[in-house]
Amino acid sequence: MSRNINFKHRVAVVGAGMTLFRRRLLETPQELAWLAAKQALEEAGLALKDIDCVVIGSAPDAFDGVHMKGEYLADGAGGWHKPVVRVYVGGATGVFTPIAGWWHVASGLCRKALVVAEEKMSHAAKPHPQYVFRYIWDPIVEKPLNPNLIWIFAMEMHRYMYKCGVKKEDIALVSVKNKRNACGHPSAQLCDPNITVDDVLKSEVLVWPVQRLDVSPVSDGAAALVLADEAEARRITDTPVWIKGIGFTLDTTHWTNRDLAYPEYVRRAAEMAYRMAGIDNPRKQIDVAEPYDPFDYKELHHMEGLGLAKKCEAPILTREGVTQRDGDLPINPSGGLLGVGNPIAAAGLMKVAEIFWQLRGEAGARQVKKPVYTGLAQAWGDLMQAGTVIVLGI
Amino acid sequence: MTKPVNPRGTPIKEAEAVGIEFPVVGKARYNYTTGEALGVFLAGLKQGRILGTVCKRCGRVFVPPRMYCSYCFRPVDGWVEARDEGVVVTAVASYIEATRARAEKARVVGVIKLEVPGYKFDDHFFPGIMHYICVDDEAVKSMGIFGMRVRARWRPVEQRVGSITDIECFEPAGP
Repeated sequence: MSRNINFKHRVAVVGAGMTLFRRRLLETPQELAWLAAKQALEEAGLALKDIDCVVIGSAPDAFDGVHMKGEYLADGAGGWHKPVVRVYVGGATGVFTPIAGWWHVASGLCRKALVVAEEKMSHAAKPHPQYVFRYIWDPIVEKPLNPNLIWIFAMEMHRYMYKCGVKKEDIALVSVKNKRNACGHPSAQLCDPNITVDDVLKSEVLVWPVQRLDVSPVSDGAAALVLADEAEARRITDTPVWIKGIGFTLDTTHWTNRDLAYPEYVRRAAEMAYRMAGIDNPRKQIDVAEPYDPFDYKELHHMEGLGLAKKCEAPILTREGVTQRDGDLPINPSGGLLGVGNPIAAAGLMKVAEIFWQLRGEAGARQVKKPVYTGLAQAWGDLMQAGTVIVLGI
Repeated sequence: MTKPVNPRGTPIKEAEAVGIEFPVVGKARYNYTTGEALGVFLAGLKQGRILGTVCKRCGRVFVPPRMYCSYCFRPVDGWVEARDEGVVVTAVASYIEATRARAEKARVVGVIKLEVPGYKFDDHFFPGIMHYICVDDEAVKSMGIFGMRVRARWRPVEQRVGSITDIECFEPAGP
């Protein structure tokens, strides 16, 4: 039974929209935000005048190369002469944005909120968008070692492989599944219907054990949702999708002091969301999930943190086909970040949109085989720190 | 019908991009303060010592040091000296630079769990730092590096400046 009783209003998702995800798009960040926001409004059958509040999500300002990115994006996101806020928790931002939208509506502050996430990584052109990430490291004890962002992922992946006895072949299966799934997604950047484990294992070695096809790409893109309280939602649509639970936590930046094999930051966020949604056995009660997959091992890691698999069990479920679109627990049917692309905040929000479309039976070529009633999206960010989880249901 | 229907956006190639190029912040540089705890830590490195702080309420030892215990949310109780020796808890071999350019040669980097006389640590919270490890990348690929005992290779005293790079790397310490 749901224990979501302390909030003034139930909140529903009533519309979603997104742009293409590509390595480089012509549109400015404001234009991308507008394209996604407009599509979400149209899907909900609403106009901007119907919106009470706007919530914007975007990752480091340094990607788009515009400071005060929230204020800059507000114009394209429909956020002028209205309460507007921009939220940011690194990669976890995309799922945090609808969480912030949820509290705007659940509290009664706004009846209808527009939630917009955007990222334009291609602007950080020289020498490479990866270079921007050097500013996440500790300036005193880490940055003098001249780190590349991928180091920390490779360290987490390798520790996970060591602790759980996982082989790279097993992890590569995630990349293969997601890049194939992406072929059903009209926005996808990296659909590859013929990719094999061998392709992943033969791709350029970046930071062992991470190879190029283990990693999501650099992308531009935007995504948007429309949220509404119960009375408004019932007026707007016959098929609202309810936000049943939300959870978000942060660990400290001192990542060299803790074991990287298990994502505690995800577990705590998931427990918060499950408690609110009345979920006590996620493996049975979640029908479809979109865990965050900027790297292939991260999907496995996050499934375990979310309680969708036991510790070290996710690679086994993957090998057995349980996580395929026609499997018992479809994972990342959208194609995820590995397939659809990774415009950071927009990619997280794309996952929430995917669960919305899956639960409404509107995912078309991507629709999972089993009937689905409850779904989950999760994102992660920063120095192995931030966990954000949202549970949707019909 | 497959949602999203007709998502928009205009893909372009880098060569086609007519853009405005602008340097990040010209020649501006950050000048980070070391803070209280890390200031002492860096001064210790100059003397060839790895210092940490300890919270006597929860027993945690912090390396790199913090001036407060984040867990008990109170000031730490003082300083301890870690050995410049420990075990590798995770390590990777980097073939790229921070800029994403290919590196000339592989660089091994990892997290070293340091020993502190009089204290024992489990896998969940331990004094640990990221640093280079002077081993062949094959030791990473074979996973033989996990649990390897390593010791700091210090720069000569006259070359030390009070930086994490006063340690050149950690190298195998033998059994």
